[in-house]
Amino acid sequence: MTAYIARRVFAVLPVMAVVALFVFFLLRFAPGDPAAIIAGDDATSETIAAVRAKLGLDRPVVEQFLLWVWGLLHGDLGESVFSNLPVTRLIAQRLEPTAALTLATLFVSVAMAVPIGVLAAWKARKLVDRLVMGFAVLGFAVPAFVLAYVLIYFFAMQWQLLPVQGYQPIAGGLWPFAQSLILPSMALGITYMALIARVTRASMLEVLQQDYIRTANAKGLATDRVLLLHALKNASVPIVTVIGIGIALLISGVVITETVFNIPGLGRLTVDAVLKRDYPIVQGLILVFAAAKVFLNLLIDISYAFLDPRIRY
Amino acid sequence: MTALLEVRDLCTQFSTLDGVVRAVDGVSFDVARGETLGIVGESGCGKSVTALSILRLIPPETGRIASGSIHFEGNDLATLGEREMKRLRGHRISMIFQEPMTSLNPVLTVGTQIAENVVRHLDVSWKQARERAREMLDLVRIADSRRRIDEYPHQLSGGMRQRVMIAMALSCDPQVLIADEPTTALDVTIQAQILDLMLELKEKTGTAIVLITHDLGVVAETAERVVVMYAGRKVEEAPVDALFERPLHPYTRGLMAAIPRLDVDAESDGRRPRLQEIPGLVPRLTQPIVGCAFASRCGLATDRCRTTAPPVVDAGGGHTVACWEARP
Amino acid sequence: MVAITDDLPLAPRRFSLGSAIRRNPTIAIGAVLLIVLIAIAVVGPYFVGNPLKIAPVNRLRPPSERWWFGTDQFGRDVFARTIYGSRVSLIVGLSVAAISSALGLILGLACGYFRRLDGFVMRIMDGVMAIPSILLAIALITLTRPGLGIVIVAIVIPEVPRVVRVVRAIVLSIRSQPYIESAIAGGTRNAKLLLRHVLPNTLAPLIVQSTYVCASAMLIEAGLSFLGAGVPPEIPSWGNIIAQGRTFFQIAPWTILIPGAFLATTVLAVNLLGDGLRDRLDPRLARRL
Repeated sequence: MTAYIARRVFAVLPVMAVVALFVFFLLRFAPGDPAAIIAGDDATSETIAAVRAKLGLDRPVVEQFLLWVWGLLHGDLGESVFSNLPVTRLIAQRLEPTAALTLATLFVSVAMAVPIGVLAAWKARKLVDRLVMGFAVLGFAVPAFVLAYVLIYFFAMQWQLLPVQGYQPIAGGLWPFAQSLILPSMALGITYMALIARVTRASMLEVLQQDYIRTANAKGLATDRVLLLHALKNASVPIVTVIGIGIALLISGVVITETVFNIPGLGRLTVDAVLKRDYPIVQGLILVFAAAKVFLNLLIDISYAFLDPRIRY
Repeated sequence: MTALLEVRDLCTQFSTLDGVVRAVDGVSFDVARGETLGIVGESGCGKSVTALSILRLIPPETGRIASGSIHFEGNDLATLGEREMKRLRGHRISMIFQEPMTSLNPVLTVGTQIAENVVRHLDVSWKQARERAREMLDLVRIADSRRRIDEYPHQLSGGMRQRVMIAMALSCDPQVLIADEPTTALDVTIQAQILDLMLELKEKTGTAIVLITHDLGVVAETAERVVVMYAGRKVEEAPVDALFERPLHPYTRGLMAAIPRLDVDAESDGRRPRLQEIPGLVPRLTQPIVGCAFASRCGLATDRCRTTAPPVVDAGGGHTVACWEARP
Repeated sequence: MVAITDDLPLAPRRFSLGSAIRRNPTIAIGAVLLIVLIAIAVVGPYFVGNPLKIAPVNRLRPPSERWWFGTDQFGRDVFARTIYGSRVSLIVGLSVAAISSALGLILGLACGYFRRLDGFVMRIMDGVMAIPSILLAIALITLTRPGLGIVIVAIVIPEVPRVVRVVRAIVLSIRSQPYIESAIAGGTRNAKLLLRHVLPNTLAPLIVQSTYVCASAMLIEAGLSFLGAGVPPEIPSWGNIIAQGRTFFQIAPWTILIPGAFLATTVLAVNLLGDGLRDRLDPRLARRL
């Protein structure tokens, strides 16, 4: 078991190294003069030179790379081109709303989508199943920001049940905090839920045809035990895998959702940085988001060992 | 002696893309307390469906019991409510299946899989059920039960898994154990061990066994009475000795001629007689069969056989046969 | 149950369009929707007004007989803009699907076939896949001048690894088939082996995968344009029409909901087509997702 976990942890390192190399060389190999693009169209040649120096582009690539890696290993992601603030501090300031929104969506989506998928598989080809599949197909097609506006239109404007936008920090009380997250979570979670519900259904349908389910039924076990223990535990590996795959969806979606709902999180920071072409911030955010995704997927890889005794450690 | 289980005119049908399949078409038989009844026939003759019908494990999306009754302990299982059926499965009637490799849940320990049956049906705690599971593992002679109880099916051999299935099936002292091809997937040496084990446990517990197989050899060794099925119908029923000494139905005779025998003397040139096969194919079950189902393959068939289904006639001594041309 | 149906020979069925559609309605629905949308994108712009014409007098008019989809805060015709926007979505969707499938096929075949290349390329693919696709596209766009071409490139890069993985998995499973092993043992040349045996087997899953890439590309493009990091505002795209409607959403929701509905319908059509093709061409893939 420990050997298996150690191997999974170790496998993360090359992935993160590739990510780091990728963002580093993206700036160096971008077509044209990135310094000129970052400085803006009406910048003087002095400003461009200053940006170039700021990004370290005036030094040899090897030196830049070593300095940058050295910084990374010390938790230094560089400084913003425009505000000169350290990127790590900018990210830390904006972390709470994004973490709250992403994790809330993750848990709520999984908690809703898995039972929905199980129900659909159990009632396969019946009305419930068709409704669930219809929802899943739509969930894949409606983009988060379009759904967000539909939700705002009804829940905030027509019925005035929830705030139109904005974020209330958790320190300001649990209810306002939760209230500010409901619509963004729904908008962000819909595709994710559709994905999980669909895979849960497919995986359960396959498992429900297996001989051991017939054995469980031949023992006269209660339906919930057959479905939730005998079938779901066997179906869990693909489900957990897709929960992991979908985390990328959540992270991409959070950038857009925060923009729609005006939530001052990492997503907003990303968009502001992109519009100002503040590359060090974008670069730092990519590393942080990729690390979050890789870390959550690592947890999922490790969970396989607990879900399926046949996985070799 | 009244029968423990009475199956009368059972018809089980499946809806498929090609129409309704009459998998079991009017089958009747009894199982007496503590006896071993063999049901034999080729694959596709409806013997497994008969077994699944008794426990009502026919997949409800496609199959149903169309008519007939299954009397057991004062209830008709063909119409009994699902809740009562659930109380009965694994408790009063239990079942083991052909594929021990796939019939056990791969992600639960064998102990859990036996104990959950006990907890479900008897008024005991999980702790007591686990102790019962361990006793059952000892009973089916799995060595080192204390360790094995916490193992997963993939850690056991095929023969051991089938022993676990038997332990599970017998854990609540059922009245009837239905064994659907229990040894087909196993090595020949293991097959004999499993059959011996089943018979030994039957003696100990008094459980009646319905043994479903395509293998007449298995039937000859284990069953007391035999039902022969063909194309969803019962064609012959007899005590095992009577059936082997004096098979009456042409189909039964055909099956026996297809068994290799060592006790027949070699012919003068040193060769044994060639094994006989039954010519032709099993009829399709999507159309109702007119007349005798075996008529198209039968050397004795007359016009009457092709137009009118033969009635079941008593040949004496508990031997019955459904054939116009059988000479009792 | 299985034993019984095994014994029954199935009657051969004659092919007919009617029964094909009844068996697989998703392909038909998806295809029809998509053909309509393509027709709109190709000929639509010749029939509508100028999508860029500003007319402050007519600002924020609700949908009516004169402006079917209303007008935005500059008095531009949302109907004209939405019809023009369909071009961007379809161009991006189709070209990203074509380019990533081609690149993914080449890399996937190479990885599955030349084992020494495999480890190296797959590490890079894992790294690229670790970066959420919108962020990756954003990073690229930060460093270049805006334009349709760069948007396509920025979406192709994160999509390629998804195709590579599918193709590679198929090549590896085909390679272990006895007939390929015997062909290798018999001295068949690599190129011939790839062309004759491996390539045809990858086509069905590749087509299915490319429909998903197409849908995903449309969504990413709309997302990027919505964030202001996609196609420049002088080219109307559903994403940037929605972005410009944000400020006045509460008084003019049609500027967002109508192009949003078009986007959702288009993605739905492509997904339905993909699901239908997957069920038809590759039942094994259907089970995986």
